[in-house]
Amino acid sequence: MTDTKTLPTATRLNRAAGATANWADERTSIGAFTKFLARKIFPDHWSFMLGEVALYSFIVLLLSGVILTAFFVPSMDFVHYEGEFAQLKGVEMSKAFESTIHMSFEVPGGLLMRQIHHWAALIFTAAIVTHMARVFFTGAFRKPREINWLIGFTLMILSLAAGFTGYSLPDDVLSGNGLRIIDGVIRSIPILGSYISYWLFGGEFPGEALIPRMFTAHILLIPALILSLIAVHLFLVFLQKHTQYPGPGRTDKNVVGLPLFPVYTAKAGGFFFVVFGVIALLGALFQINPVWNYGPYDPSPVSAGTQPDWYMLFIDGGLRIMPGQVEVVLWGYTLSLNILIPAVIMPGLFFGFLALYPWIESWATGDRGERHVLDRPRNAPVRTGIGVALITFYVVLVLEGSNDIVANLFRLSINDLTILFRIAVFALPVLAFWVTKRIAMGLQRKDRELVLHGHETGRIVRFDNGEYIEVHEPLSDEERWMLVSYQNLKPRELAPEHNEHGVRRKGYRWDRFKAALSRFYYEDRVEPVTPAELHEAHEHHKAEIEGMAARSEAHSAARADAAADKAPADA
Amino acid sequence: MSIDNAHDHEVVEEEFTDPGVPEYHRPRRADLDPKAARKAELQTAALFGLSIIGTVMAIWAWATGSVSSENIAETQRTTMLIGLGIFLAMIGIGTGAIHWAKTLMRDHEMIEERHPMRSSDEAREGAIEKLKDGAKDSGVGIGRRGLLKGSLITALAIAPLAVLVPAVGNMGGDWDVSKLKHSMWRQGMRLTKDPSGEPIKASDVTIGSVFHVIPEGLNDLEHHKLEEKAKAVVLLVRLDPRDLNIQPGREDWSFDGIVAYSKICTHVGCPVALYEQQTHHLLCPCHQSTFDVANGAKVVFGPAKRPLPQLPIAVDDEGYIVAQSDFHEPIGPSFWERLK
Repeated sequence: MTDTKTLPTATRLNRAAGATANWADERTSIGAFTKFLARKIFPDHWSFMLGEVALYSFIVLLLSGVILTAFFVPSMDFVHYEGEFAQLKGVEMSKAFESTIHMSFEVPGGLLMRQIHHWAALIFTAAIVTHMARVFFTGAFRKPREINWLIGFTLMILSLAAGFTGYSLPDDVLSGNGLRIIDGVIRSIPILGSYISYWLFGGEFPGEALIPRMFTAHILLIPALILSLIAVHLFLVFLQKHTQYPGPGRTDKNVVGLPLFPVYTAKAGGFFFVVFGVIALLGALFQINPVWNYGPYDPSPVSAGTQPDWYMLFIDGGLRIMPGQVEVVLWGYTLSLNILIPAVIMPGLFFGFLALYPWIESWATGDRGERHVLDRPRNAPVRTGIGVALITFYVVLVLEGSNDIVANLFRLSINDLTILFRIAVFALPVLAFWVTKRIAMGLQRKDRELVLHGHETGRIVRFDNGEYIEVHEPLSDEERWMLVSYQNLKPRELAPEHNEHGVRRKGYRWDRFKAALSRFYYEDRVEPVTPAELHEAHEHHKAEIEGMAARSEAHSAARADAAADKAPADA
Repeated sequence: MSIDNAHDHEVVEEEFTDPGVPEYHRPRRADLDPKAARKAELQTAALFGLSIIGTVMAIWAWATGSVSSENIAETQRTTMLIGLGIFLAMIGIGTGAIHWAKTLMRDHEMIEERHPMRSSDEAREGAIEKLKDGAKDSGVGIGRRGLLKGSLITALAIAPLAVLVPAVGNMGGDWDVSKLKHSMWRQGMRLTKDPSGEPIKASDVTIGSVFHVIPEGLNDLEHHKLEEKAKAVVLLVRLDPRDLNIQPGREDWSFDGIVAYSKICTHVGCPVALYEQQTHHLLCPCHQSTFDVANGAKVVFGPAKRPLPQLPIAVDDEGYIVAQSDFHEPIGPSFWERLK
């Protein structure tokens, strides 16, 4: 009864859907595209979610940003505040600041959109950085993904630019002082500094041009670049197919996982709403950037405990940590190395190293194959060490960038703390590298141990002769494969300096550099267990078990001998 | 290869072989029990229902919520309610879809082959062939190719300048960077309070007190008020004359223990606003450069190199503090040509 009733509607619906699909396909060949896409396989791992967080928070940024532009006035013209907020009554301010206050207090949901936008920006940059760390530590940047690493790197830089320009738009005291710092940094650039500053600000700082200019950059130029690079980034992910973690059946020639439709449509699509929801919750409950408490920009006031948004802290930390003595005057010209080094050269080297990292590592490996199976971080101890050293360096600078807050929190002298960080910024990354490399290799040795001797079962067996052993259970093929299937990279061989005619060959120095780099990476290594080693270990156990059984059968009295034979206590 | 095989076979392989994707699939409760599947379905529907409630809540909160700049607690309450509505609207859809995927959608792993990124030799040859054909069709003889290529590349390379030079040229205002070296302070100009503009009498400045100072007439400027303020702000402090270590050549720049220093940090230009009376230290809250006011505002700690520039002051006939001149050096952060 019910069936006969619903059937016609269903067919009508199907017919309508079919007709629409036909209409679209005849005009776009979307059919072939759907065939390619619908059941495309994606591997599953929680860490693949970090890039999704970045993408989805960017969409939230676009949505909330569009709403904000409906109320924001990007102008530095002066007005006197005429609203009801007591603290600001009659205060002179720019239209940018006034409109920010207006949309916060008098537009229902306006403050919410500002807070959602700001939280989304913080999460966007944080998600990009953690996604980048995931890609780094698992070696997902290796061939053929070097281009996508660079695109991702560029997106990271653009996210900082987007964050900074947006942060500065409300024209409050805090962001205005941030801009003044940027102006100070720009002016330290030799020869061109003053001119670049004039170019940016349209004359002397602060000028009247900056807010409209940054507004255009913030809502048009930077998002357009980000959007188009995201498109290329994702296109390459589809073209090259996603990397996968090592495991049984996972090779460089396949991808194992679940189909885009329906599983990832639901999971990844649903996850967008989760990210949006969480950002909305943050915007609803946690106040962020209450510019009405700071007041409009004025070059005179400032308060203690002022920090930029988190992603700028490391540059601020660099500025704080640098001793002033290094500013020099050469032939009457001032070279402010105390600013140039921490705010221009250091970030340049830091970001430059990150951008080039895939090539640096490929010089060490000499690997020319496509790598689609990820590394477990322990199986690349030097890379993992470098990554942790970079993060340590970054974190020391971030802490230095909040040294007033840290000092206050722990009741320390801010001067002592800064001096301590001046040492830590060099010492801790080296220490972190060494410790991480050792931990990674320790974990590799633990894996070897596990493969060779199996799992402890907790089952104790007593032989007739009174001897106890614990029974170890061999690993399943799948589990063992996971532990032995990593790339065993060795230092590159260096071809001799002279060829057979005794002529020094071209490119020898470059090769020597690559060989040295390769030794740095792969001289210390823990090699995966080979079948021969496993066989030997097993033979050893067998002999031991059989021997013991024989001994116990014979009630041998020569127990001292048995104990001497028994090297590793495993079965 | 399993442990047992390793035992049985004499020959040991060079490398382990990949056991392949396991056949075994761990069933979920909903795979086995129709009741559990039904329950998962209901849970999913309930989460979608939560989303609908959230949407209604957000619209209700917007329609009925009040906002006020006089009492911002009202605005904050409305913000919170709309935000919670949006949160529910979104999180319901998200968790519902994910719950559906995790409990009901088939989760048997599938395998897709990869193909090397490199195009086939055939395709590469074909591409080269096409390019050659195209080059032939371009109608340029071997001899003339260099000239055409060279001129085209040069033209393309410099063409952006036709747009960029005027654009960049317009963006820097008057490009008169020498303005960085001067402020609006002039001889006889009174030091006035920031922001009111009231002149300051020397007799009102007690020992240990601090005044944030702007030049007389700053507030009346029609144009470039902030630019002038950004260079001219001064901190006026009176020390016990016994504590004040007057710098050589600046014997008449202060008045009875009253000194005036630029408030703009010589590091990157933050206002140096925190004065500690006991130590006579001025601290910049941005990067903690610390200046000793009793000692020519020299740097005692932090990333700044140079002392804060001093404004020479005097007292006029009516007892008000006035400037003797502009600063004798550019204020604020260093720049390449500051001493030229």
